Amino acid sequence: MKQRSPHLSRYLKMTGIFMFLALFSTVFAQEAAEAPKYADLAAFSESPGFSLFTVNNVWMMLATGLVFIMHLGFATVESGLTQSKNTVNILFKNTLIPCIGLLTYAICGFNLMYPGVDGGWFAFAGFGVSVADPVANLTDVYNPGYTYWTDFLFQGMFAATAATIVSGAVAERIKLGKFLVFSTLFVAISYPITGYWKWGNGWLNTMDTPFYDFAGSTLVHSVGGWGALAGVLLLGPRLGKFKDGKVFPILGHSMPLATIGVFLLWLGWFGFNGGSVLSADPGLTSLVLMTTCLAAAAGGVGAAFTSWIVLKKPDLSMALNGILAGLVGITAGADQMAAMSASIIGLISGILVVFSVLFFDKLKIDDPVGALSVHLVCGIFGTLAVGIWGNLAGSAQIISQLKGIVSIGIFTFIFAFVVFYVLKLFGGIRVSAEEETEGLDIGEHGAEAYPDFTTAHK
Amino acid sequence: MKLIIAIIKPFKLEEVKSGLSEIGVEGMTVTEVKGFGRQKGHTEIYRGSEYTVDFLPKVKIEIALPDELVAKAVDAIVKAAKTGKIGDGKVFVAPIDEVIRIRTEERGEAAV
Repeated sequence: MKQRSPHLSRYLKMTGIFMFLALFSTVFAQEAAEAPKYADLAAFSESPGFSLFTVNNVWMMLATGLVFIMHLGFATVESGLTQSKNTVNILFKNTLIPCIGLLTYAICGFNLMYPGVDGGWFAFAGFGVSVADPVANLTDVYNPGYTYWTDFLFQGMFAATAATIVSGAVAERIKLGKFLVFSTLFVAISYPITGYWKWGNGWLNTMDTPFYDFAGSTLVHSVGGWGALAGVLLLGPRLGKFKDGKVFPILGHSMPLATIGVFLLWLGWFGFNGGSVLSADPGLTSLVLMTTCLAAAAGGVGAAFTSWIVLKKPDLSMALNGILAGLVGITAGADQMAAMSASIIGLISGILVVFSVLFFDKLKIDDPVGALSVHLVCGIFGTLAVGIWGNLAGSAQIISQLKGIVSIGIFTFIFAFVVFYVLKLFGGIRVSAEEETEGLDIGEHGAEAYPDFTTAHK
Repeated sequence: MKLIIAIIKPFKLEEVKSGLSEIGVEGMTVTEVKGFGRQKGHTEIYRGSEYTVDFLPKVKIEIALPDELVAKAVDAIVKAAKTGKIGDGKVFVAPIDEVIRIRTEERGEAAV
């Protein structure tokens, strides 16, 4: 090897060091001298990105309102499918759960679900919600689709819907106070932790083939379903529901209310799935609304005709459950499906929900509104559907879906079971037989839902 | 004075009321009741579970009358309420010991 001149080698060495330092200091210089994207909110409002951000945020806020109205839907569905002597109790639970849900989400839920830590199992960004830096939180610096507050409120509305799923399954026999304690813990702690695993970029989202749940077939619906299952197993069936091996129906008191509720829920799903696009992107939002509605329609038809064939008469409450089943089923993959696959998913969900209702009755598990069949069974199915149909279909995805379903199922069920079990140890979770017979409206609330219907007051 | 108690099919109420009005009988008390005699119930199905409904909705009419009007009133009720099918109902005639009009405190036939 030709010997290099000592000056050259020193020169090359210096150049190398110099280049390294230059590169290093460039990086440093960028971090040190990086100006905020906007000087203040006024500067943002004059920037070219302001209009699009505003449009996106408006859609997200509208979607928030639509998810909110689902609570009215839940309230009316549950009321309609249960007895009038328990209506005040049902309405009270459905009134308080969104209130508790939003408050706990502000206190700790939001920061448990989005702690800003990637790939983990548990992390917490602290109590309370606040904006220290307006530019960082209220402009497209935070996110191109929405502000910090929109993010908080939209996700907060979702949290409360998971808790409310439980209230239908445990209706007509659970003690109000115990139920409220359970719901508070469930929505404040359990829901955000499992939600973090996927939507907060926790471990389910950082796998090689990430678990996929577009709007919450697993994270919201099956979570609610697992909570409901834990509840009904520890609670037992309503008095008179199962006797001598036979199933005695306990009729809902208002089919009109139940129908109003289901259509309100369908309307709410425009925001539930439409808002999960996390922007007003026209292509994605319109696709998602299409898949959502076709699945709902197919679910309704599927359940209606299944009940007609299997049960000899077309059952309205089954058709209504079928619409919800289709909606839950499409929720995991609403942005991944074509019109045909969305309809198939909805149809199968509708057929599934009918057989599921009959199945739980056979197991002597009493579910007054079909919450387990709609949210747990179809939530699981909808999650698996992402691996079977649509853009993400494949065996790797199916395995990831199963990982998500099983891990979230185990965590949620154990959490709910332990909470209900401990509550049961301290004075029971079920009202007395007398109170159940007389109605929870009198027993828990000292009030009646329809006092005018008794002639004594005229 | 007699008390007529008639159990009839609910949709016949207006017809019975008109029939009684035609013979000069105004005033009655009506209650919604359930019952069955020889009429069979029917089977219904709710969310996959069958159940029988044996008690069928009926309407009970009670009228207090002076003795002279009873026969005509019973005929009017039977004629208006009859469909010829099982479940038409029954008419009972029972004696009354006393009748008092609350507003005026009249007693006896004047109060009927």
